[in-house]
Amino acid sequence: MAQSSRENIEDLDLETKPSDFIQKLNNFFEIIAELSLFSIRFFKNVFIPPYEFGEIKTHMVFLGVKTLPIVSVTGFIIGLVLAMQSQPVMQRFGAESFLPTMVSLSVVRELGPVLTALIFAGRVSSGIGAELGSMRVTEQIDAMEVSGINPFRFLVVTRIIACALILPILTMYVNFLAIIGGFIAIFLSTGINFELYIDSVFKALSFSDLIPGTAKTIFFGFIVGVVGAYKGYNATNGTAGVGEASTSSVVLSSLLILIVDMVLVKITVWLWAV
Amino acid sequence: MVEVKNVSKAFGNHVVLDDVSVNINKGENLVLFGRSGTGKSVLLKCIVRLLDPDKGEIFVDGQNVLEMEGEALIELRKQVGFLFQSGALYDSMTVRENLEFPLIRNFNFTASERLEKVKTALHNVGLEKSINKMPSELSGGMRKRIALARTIISEPKLILYDEPTTGLDPITVKEISELIVELQKDLNITSLVVTHDLICAKIISDHAVVLKDAKIIYRGNLDELTASDDPFLKDFFSMEPSGTMKY
Repeated sequence: MAQSSRENIEDLDLETKPSDFIQKLNNFFEIIAELSLFSIRFFKNVFIPPYEFGEIKTHMVFLGVKTLPIVSVTGFIIGLVLAMQSQPVMQRFGAESFLPTMVSLSVVRELGPVLTALIFAGRVSSGIGAELGSMRVTEQIDAMEVSGINPFRFLVVTRIIACALILPILTMYVNFLAIIGGFIAIFLSTGINFELYIDSVFKALSFSDLIPGTAKTIFFGFIVGVVGAYKGYNATNGTAGVGEASTSSVVLSSLLILIVDMVLVKITVWLWAV
Repeated sequence: MVEVKNVSKAFGNHVVLDDVSVNINKGENLVLFGRSGTGKSVLLKCIVRLLDPDKGEIFVDGQNVLEMEGEALIELRKQVGFLFQSGALYDSMTVRENLEFPLIRNFNFTASERLEKVKTALHNVGLEKSINKMPSELSGGMRKRIALARTIISEPKLILYDEPTTGLDPITVKEISELIVELQKDLNITSLVVTHDLICAKIISDHAVVLKDAKIIYRGNLDELTASDDPFLKDFFSMEPSGTMKY
């Protein structure tokens, strides 16, 4: 029995061969190309009436409410932990008074937008993938199509717009909670006055911190919507396909958020020279 | 009403339709038989361009479906109803929302006119009381009826039925089949029905077509078909387990 298990383990090809790596890279670029085509289809459809404002509003409320509890907890803890971790180091360098500045800049420029987007991807991209995937495999999308309704416009365009619009709002909310969390941590260790803390925060922040940090979440929201919708809309193989659409949307959208963040940070630094 | 000319369709190396031609006259009910996986549903999907055939031509009401794109195709689809095997009800909407959905998007009815139409359609299928139910609260037979109500609410000229009675008990099969005939007579609808169900076919069909090995092997009326000496047709329509199906 033990020998058979060992043989089974030996049979497993745990090493990634160079050809496998090239194949995976090839698949990744293939998906990126397909996502680009899907995005082009989105832009072709987005300006064509009828405009489904009611649907967009419904999705925004639903996605916002769905994500609110988890992003609230995360936002508060980010600020709290960031201040708690940084306080001893800043104290060692005699820069304790810069803690509010550090917390607010870190949160508004990077941590708030990226962490909110990653949590949003986990909650929403998988949900969109599963919902549209299940509609695809149960022929609901086909039923819409044969009744003379454009399912892409009704199901996909509305969800992508809702994601791109709601994520910046969630990000601002998370930033606010993180700054409050930071205050609590600093107050407990240094007894800082709330007015002084807020004054330091606002002195440290400028539009060149706030606008790029928040604006990039429109792109992140777009990515979450496009990836979830693409995976769900093209789901095949029944319920297994729905599961695959759901999980792979989270992985792919999270990866793309990090890659796009890297590019956007570079562009922001170049444009604002900060 | 529908003219399918020399249509072929393959998925990879698997040929599901090979040079298939079918005509359906206005007001006629044509039943399409065949073993599972012989391309019956594929043919229905080709007619409404959910799938594109590899070869051939399809005309609906004199218009070449395969040359249609965009708005023209949408306009054609508004005149064609499609009843899916699973019903394909929108599971996030109530029965009323399911029925109103095509009306809101394709027509300019007022809210009260829409409600009136929904009530009439539900009355036609005998499910007025289910108006506010979710699809998950309905039985298989009720889902099929609601799906039928959603299909007829837009008053299409042609309805394509993909196994409308599969998985239902014989009494419900009879009820749904009679309903289809009734609607066809009242609204003068042309129908193409894919089914394996002899009870359903006997009630509905004016003519029948049999698909085998991607080709049409028989067309005519159902009585001749069931009385045929052809071994495949004999086995296909035999109620007794022969254990010798070799096809």
